[in-house]
Amino acid sequence: MNEQMAIRARGLSKQFGDLRAVDRLDLDVPRASIYGFLGPNGSGKSTTIRMLCGLLTPTEGSADVLGIEVPKNSKELKPNIGYMTQKFSLFGDMTVIENLQFIAEIYSYPKQKRVARIDELLEKYGLVAQRKQFAGTMSGGQKQRLALACAVLHKPDLLLLDEPTSAVDPQSRRDFWANLFRLAQAGTTILVSTHYMDEAERCHRLAILDHGVKVADGTPQDLQNSTGMTIIEVLADDPYRAQAVIDQLPIVASVTQLGIRLRVLIPDSVADALDRVTTALAHNNVIADARTADASLEDVFVAVTLKPEQLAA
Amino acid sequence: MKPLSRLMAVMRKEVRQMLRDRLTFAMILGIPIMQILLFGYAINTDVRNLTTAVADEANTHLSREFIARLEQTQVTKIAQRVNTVGELEELMSAGKISIGVSIPHDFDRRVIDRERAAVHILVDGSDPTIGGIVDGLRSMPIAFDTTTQPERLEQIEVRPYYNPERRTPVNVIPGLIGVILTMTMMIFTAVAVVRERERGNLELLINTPVTSAELMIGKVVPYIAIGLIQLLVILLAGDFLFDVPVRGSVFELYLAASLFIAANLALGLFISTAVKTQFQAMQMTFFLILPSILLSGFVFPFDGMPVFAQYLGEALPITHFIRLSRGIMLREAGLGDMPGALIYLATFSVVAITAAALRFSKRLD
Repeated sequence: MNEQMAIRARGLSKQFGDLRAVDRLDLDVPRASIYGFLGPNGSGKSTTIRMLCGLLTPTEGSADVLGIEVPKNSKELKPNIGYMTQKFSLFGDMTVIENLQFIAEIYSYPKQKRVARIDELLEKYGLVAQRKQFAGTMSGGQKQRLALACAVLHKPDLLLLDEPTSAVDPQSRRDFWANLFRLAQAGTTILVSTHYMDEAERCHRLAILDHGVKVADGTPQDLQNSTGMTIIEVLADDPYRAQAVIDQLPIVASVTQLGIRLRVLIPDSVADALDRVTTALAHNNVIADARTADASLEDVFVAVTLKPEQLAA
Repeated sequence: MKPLSRLMAVMRKEVRQMLRDRLTFAMILGIPIMQILLFGYAINTDVRNLTTAVADEANTHLSREFIARLEQTQVTKIAQRVNTVGELEELMSAGKISIGVSIPHDFDRRVIDRERAAVHILVDGSDPTIGGIVDGLRSMPIAFDTTTQPERLEQIEVRPYYNPERRTPVNVIPGLIGVILTMTMMIFTAVAVVRERERGNLELLINTPVTSAELMIGKVVPYIAIGLIQLLVILLAGDFLFDVPVRGSVFELYLAASLFIAANLALGLFISTAVKTQFQAMQMTFFLILPSILLSGFVFPFDGMPVFAQYLGEALPITHFIRLSRGIMLREAGLGDMPGALIYLATFSVVAITAAALRFSKRLD
């Protein structure tokens, strides 16, 4: 049993017909931390999570989850993990309290403590008023809180959350993350997949997935410090013209428009990046203010998912 | 014990959801009651009052007497009188009459000569049941002196056992139990699992310590109870409305039904593991229900079917159950008299539920 790592995967791969959904993924998730999977739809986030809890059999590779070998012994893993699906998967035609009771029963939560535990969860997750409401009639945020309450009811060591916030409003997301931090504080390891940058930023550690391949991992800070790119922010009156000019420069790896600003990524190997951008803009009579900036997580994401031909410069 | 409490939890959940789903609840009682009323009242193979037209070209004392007697049989109801055979044919082709009676102008002569047929009866052969019934009219005596009828010596006497009055419900209801249970049990289970898959519940459940067997059994057991309640409804309705007896042991009938229900539930579960949507599940069940009605001996006598169809029929659980239910309810037979059917049902259940449990893995791939 690995003391520091809750999850340790080596060479985890999954093939669906011609599609390589996950390709030789190595993963080390420290205990009692929040580990994020960041990636667009179809990048292999869900597939990886499903392999880690034994729902899918890896084509190659294996994983050690909470000291249990997966997929070989995934049955032993079930009582120790909590899982929250992307889609609401509790019973819409049962009330909040009935859903919690059912989950408590199938996890064989000690009978004498059951009522107290359910009351505690209703309180913690703000569902006291909804206790008699049918789960199917609740709002997105309420459903999500119920799903989390059900996933943690049996006090699992590891929580797997598959895009848990995709159907809720920003306030609910903030509350949700507050709950996650509280759980991590209490010792729960949390693996969460997301495609929101701001959520990824909250994770202790992060892996960026692209087309089934892990393209980067580390703490958000590390990732931002090691993009290998000079980030130039351009403020222009006419951002369209500015972008047209910058796009012509062969040294530029990527240009993204954010309102009237442009984020320009140029590989570190290029000397005088800022000068060359400013010169090009002046040469084309574009009035603009260019300066270097710190990498945001979005820049990191853009940088690590760039295609090789875009880096040819 | 952990497994038992998990099983109970799944069962409780299933019952709770079943009672909340008004449509399911309505089907539990609605299907048996509707079917009994339909088959008991509307469908009647003991045909009476067939719409008839008569073309009496003779119009003699004897011919009029013949027509009167024809009406007395109650098989026919004379709705129209016309003049020629041609008109009868027109009426029949228009679908206005089922039977046309043509009495030629030399009717009396023919009756005395006994050389040629004295009466022609035109029958609408497009309806299969009518032909057979009208055949019975052949034996009606026609003679001038009705008081001294020619002595008819019955060398063959037919005695309909078990249903001497030949009432249709007596024949239909034992088989109907099979049809109703097949329908409801198979649909309920097939849909029950697929619905959870569609709603995403299954993805949650397979990540919990619940095992496949607990899920399967937990889903099936409540429906066995439902099936037995349906059986009670059918038997009570059969008794009160149609006076259909259970001559053998009610307990044995329930035993046979339990086995049959188990077979259908197992089949339903198997279907649910083979399809992806509720719609496909319904399609599959209907695909199986039709042969269950047609090839089981419920509608057509089993012995009369082509050998190939008989093989198909033998494969269906309902065929064996109908043998059991007719035996117990009407012939006062015991289960011990029909071991073959029992063994088949038991084997079928075990095979189907094993196949279902094997197909339903706790994985998504």
